[in-house]
Amino acid sequence: MGLTGLFLITFLVVHVGVNSCIFVNDGGETFNTAAHFMSHNWILRIMEVGLFAGLILHIIQGLILWKQNRAARPVKYSANKASQNSAWYSRSMGLLGTLLLFFLIIHVSKFFVDTKIALYADGGANDASHNLFEEMKEEFQKWWVVVIYVLGVISLFWHLLHGFQSAFQTFGINHKRYTPIIKAIGVGYTIIVCLLFALMPISFYMGWIS
Amino acid sequence: MSLDSKIPHGEMDKKWTDYKGHVKLVNPANKRKLEIIVVGTGLAGASAAASLGEMGYKVKAFCFQDSPRRAHSIAAQGGINAAKNYQNDGDSVFRLFYDTVKGGDYRAREANVHRLAEVSAAIIDQCVAQGVPFAREYGGLLSNRSFGGTQVQRTFYAAGQTGQQLLLGAYSALERQIALGNVTMYNRHEMLDIVKIDGKARGIISRDLVKGNLERHFGHAVLLCTGGYGNVFYLSTNAMGSNVTAAWKAHKQGAFFGNPCFTQIHPTCIPVSGDYQSKLTLMSESLRNDGRIWVPKKKDDNRKAIDIPEEERDYYLERRYPAFGNLVPRDVASRAAKERCDEGYGVGTTKLAVYLDFKDAIVRYGKTEAGKTGNENADHNTIVEMGKEVVKEKYGNLFDMYEKITGENPYEMPMRIYPAVHYTMGGLWVDYELKTTVDGLYALGEANFSDHGANRLGASALMQGLADGYFVIPYTLGNYLADDIRTAAIPTSHPAFEEAEKKVSDRITQLMNIKGKQTVESFHKRLGKIMWDKCGMARNAKGLQEAITEIQALKKEFWSDLKIPGDINEMNPELDKAGRVADFIELGELMCKDALNRNESCGGHFREESQTEDGEAKRDDENYSYVAAWEYKGESDWQMNKEPLTFEIVKPTQRSYK
Amino acid sequence: MEHYNMNLTLKVWKQKNTKAGGSFETYQVKNISSEMSFLEMFDVLNEQLITEGKDPIAFDHDCREGICGMCSMYIDGRAHGPWTKNTVCQLHMRAFKDGDTIVVEPWRSAAFPVIKDLMVDRGAFDRIMQAGGFISVNTGNAVDANSLPIDKKDADAAFDAASCIGCGACVAACTNGSAMLFVSAKVSQLALLPQGQPERESRVLNMVAQMDKEGFGNCTNTYACEAECPKGISVSNIARMNREYLKAGLSTEE
Repeated sequence: MGLTGLFLITFLVVHVGVNSCIFVNDGGETFNTAAHFMSHNWILRIMEVGLFAGLILHIIQGLILWKQNRAARPVKYSANKASQNSAWYSRSMGLLGTLLLFFLIIHVSKFFVDTKIALYADGGANDASHNLFEEMKEEFQKWWVVVIYVLGVISLFWHLLHGFQSAFQTFGINHKRYTPIIKAIGVGYTIIVCLLFALMPISFYMGWIS
Repeated sequence: MSLDSKIPHGEMDKKWTDYKGHVKLVNPANKRKLEIIVVGTGLAGASAAASLGEMGYKVKAFCFQDSPRRAHSIAAQGGINAAKNYQNDGDSVFRLFYDTVKGGDYRAREANVHRLAEVSAAIIDQCVAQGVPFAREYGGLLSNRSFGGTQVQRTFYAAGQTGQQLLLGAYSALERQIALGNVTMYNRHEMLDIVKIDGKARGIISRDLVKGNLERHFGHAVLLCTGGYGNVFYLSTNAMGSNVTAAWKAHKQGAFFGNPCFTQIHPTCIPVSGDYQSKLTLMSESLRNDGRIWVPKKKDDNRKAIDIPEEERDYYLERRYPAFGNLVPRDVASRAAKERCDEGYGVGTTKLAVYLDFKDAIVRYGKTEAGKTGNENADHNTIVEMGKEVVKEKYGNLFDMYEKITGENPYEMPMRIYPAVHYTMGGLWVDYELKTTVDGLYALGEANFSDHGANRLGASALMQGLADGYFVIPYTLGNYLADDIRTAAIPTSHPAFEEAEKKVSDRITQLMNIKGKQTVESFHKRLGKIMWDKCGMARNAKGLQEAITEIQALKKEFWSDLKIPGDINEMNPELDKAGRVADFIELGELMCKDALNRNESCGGHFREESQTEDGEAKRDDENYSYVAAWEYKGESDWQMNKEPLTFEIVKPTQRSYK
Repeated sequence: MEHYNMNLTLKVWKQKNTKAGGSFETYQVKNISSEMSFLEMFDVLNEQLITEGKDPIAFDHDCREGICGMCSMYIDGRAHGPWTKNTVCQLHMRAFKDGDTIVVEPWRSAAFPVIKDLMVDRGAFDRIMQAGGFISVNTGNAVDANSLPIDKKDADAAFDAASCIGCGACVAACTNGSAMLFVSAKVSQLALLPQGQPERESRVLNMVAQMDKEGFGNCTNTYACEAECPKGISVSNIARMNREYLKAGLSTEE
């Protein structure tokens, strides 16, 4: 769980990095160049397979955990004040993960699949004319798409807030001096990544980027 | 019957070595065929079961708790003594031996105590090897402290949880033997009788406390490691489940009971707050190193402690015992507190408490701290704050515990304390080999009477439990079993087992069939009150005689008006308790008889008839230098046998702390 | 501290034995002193029930001073009740006020089957200990205790881990019913000490394997265990055990 989680966390850095190119506000030129590079470089394309494998593994591990942990307490407490001993999002990683999965399905089917179709369908005839930036701009004019994205990012926020530091604990990294630093980095990372992700649809919708 | 304590001949410091050199051995192939039953898995029981399992015997161990790790040895706070002399302060086996005999007020058996002192060092080695995390110095070596007013630092400790750490060490050794198949563990099982065949202990009848059914277990020998009987007083620092039942059943089967009246009352416990009180909590003796004990000089002074000015406080221990002050031994400190409260100077709602005040210590430490930081002109508040930090460092966990129980902050208000029953020096009479007067039946740890005389020194109980289990019984038991190698395991269908089981079963049925009105708890409380009032910190002939009559009446009432809910063949904690209280009632009577017989004051036993002019305990060596070993003859009928105590090395003197 | 009396409603789990189903019973207790301990309040209730000819409530308890680890009640949604770093027996009634309704349940875990009412079977902890929670040293084999100096830092950390009382509150409080805090406390204690080195790898592998076999849940680092542990055992022990487990898992040849 920790291993695949950290792997996905690394991917998010790349993802958010590329996406942030839109904030250059040059009509998507930088962004499209970057996106083109991401989808055409063969090393990255191999890594993409790894990414999906990692994601699927993360999901499978999550499902196994969920099943085992549910079996570990067949009779639930009738009164349980868990909020007094732990954070809700730490206890809700399964739920947050499921929400994220739904979001990812929508997300992937919107942008990723389109890109792939452009790349592979008809022998890549539409590849050159495929403009991801324009596509995003168009999509994010719809308010409900923006809402879905913002909700997705919120799920991601809580998921990462627990997941980042938790992964280090799982690897046995807990140190009087370093753990507070790791936790701070985790919080910083979560805030920055989620803020950037959330700003994207909002910026398009609000017309801050053209 | 004449008592043979089987003390080896020879020089005191050679006895044990000589004994070990000549003791009979059992060869490994034969050990596998010999079965041993260990009842109780505290320090003595767990260490014995583990050690015997390692040696190759087939061991069955029993405890009434849900795991051996719960045994009440776990609650010991202060530490464990050992004559290591790591501090280079002049300690030695001889000094530990000497201090223990003297501390026991010359009512212990010298040879046993010397052996205890000899093996004490090996206990520390053994525990460290098991991973017991004793306190250490910065250089990585073991730390020691002085405890209970001794002149040397020989006490090893693990914060305030020494008992816990030692027990978990013994428990881990026991669990290892269970995993290896050498020991079979029976949790939530209670021993309800000894099975004797041809005069030898050959097994036990136990009850599965979860299912309620009786079981028969054979053993070539039976070891009772079942702790003390302080709960006869209802209120004590013992665990709720601690009981005398195993020892009492053994007693009724022929094992003599030694010095039953020797009870230790610990001076620093949290006082009773109401009728509902179920047990008392000890605050470590170490608090007396820094706390000053006082009561108001005025009777029934209802002012808050902090409002009573210095000149109106009576620091009675410092006044009466200028040489030792607040560090007088446990028995002396306890009696002095009782004396003040009886005179009407007690504090708190019940007026059965005295103050233990850290105010001066806080200021003293605060000044030292201020001095260290070069802040000699610090104002009073700063000094107090600094002092509190030091006190917190030293006693933080105890102060927290006090605050949880009483709701009062001991950094601001002096603690209220009162003496409480803590340990019983009496127990089953055993010889040098720890064997009772029943062949094949042994008693280890607090369950036996042998090593502490009339008063146990602080940090010696843990030492004795582990000494018996790790280093004594592995040798002495072999001496008995070597003659038993031809005895095949006796099937539990043997008539003796049948008969014993029937007896146990009949008694349970009888208890259940009383169907009266009063609860077990109410009888226990009444017994406790009789014992505390008349056989407690101060005893006199009249009170003891009254107590005997009252206990006999209580017994009658118990057996005619007891109410137990539920059924036999199920988990029934009330039934478990009923059997234990029935035994406590009988024991209570014997304790009073023993106290009545011993018309002298020694250690924890204080007879008002035997005191000096200024109210101090007066021992009578001429008439009472013996162990009273009581033989059960029938209902309310005992015969006393004497084991004379001779002191070759430590010549008895009157203790003085003035 | 102001003393006061209170009347309370108790909803307590009643279950005849492991196989039977259970349900909540409601009881009223009156004139409970704020000075009582929680278990003394149960004593009062049980005396009342016995006198009325009703079935008293079975619950585990022994030392009543917070060290034996026997008491185990889930009180008002918290393991060992509302106070932190506390066992049930140390909880006092001044934590409650007149008119309160208090829900009391047993530890809920597949690995801790209910024996009766509020009593559970924690034999799983003993079996985990049997799998490796020891140093294999027979009596009499020890070298002098001071022949092996131990860094005070490590000794203190080992002691902190060793102060676990094995009550099972960590399992009870964990949303996943995981026993990682208990197991890691023992693994840590022995991994930190030089005496524990020879069996260091096999110990962690065996104890974790036994833990999984017993049916405890998995750790997802919510740290509820640390928050509810009466002895304040740190989750850094869990990290240490993870580390030990990874190392041992990678280097083992079996």
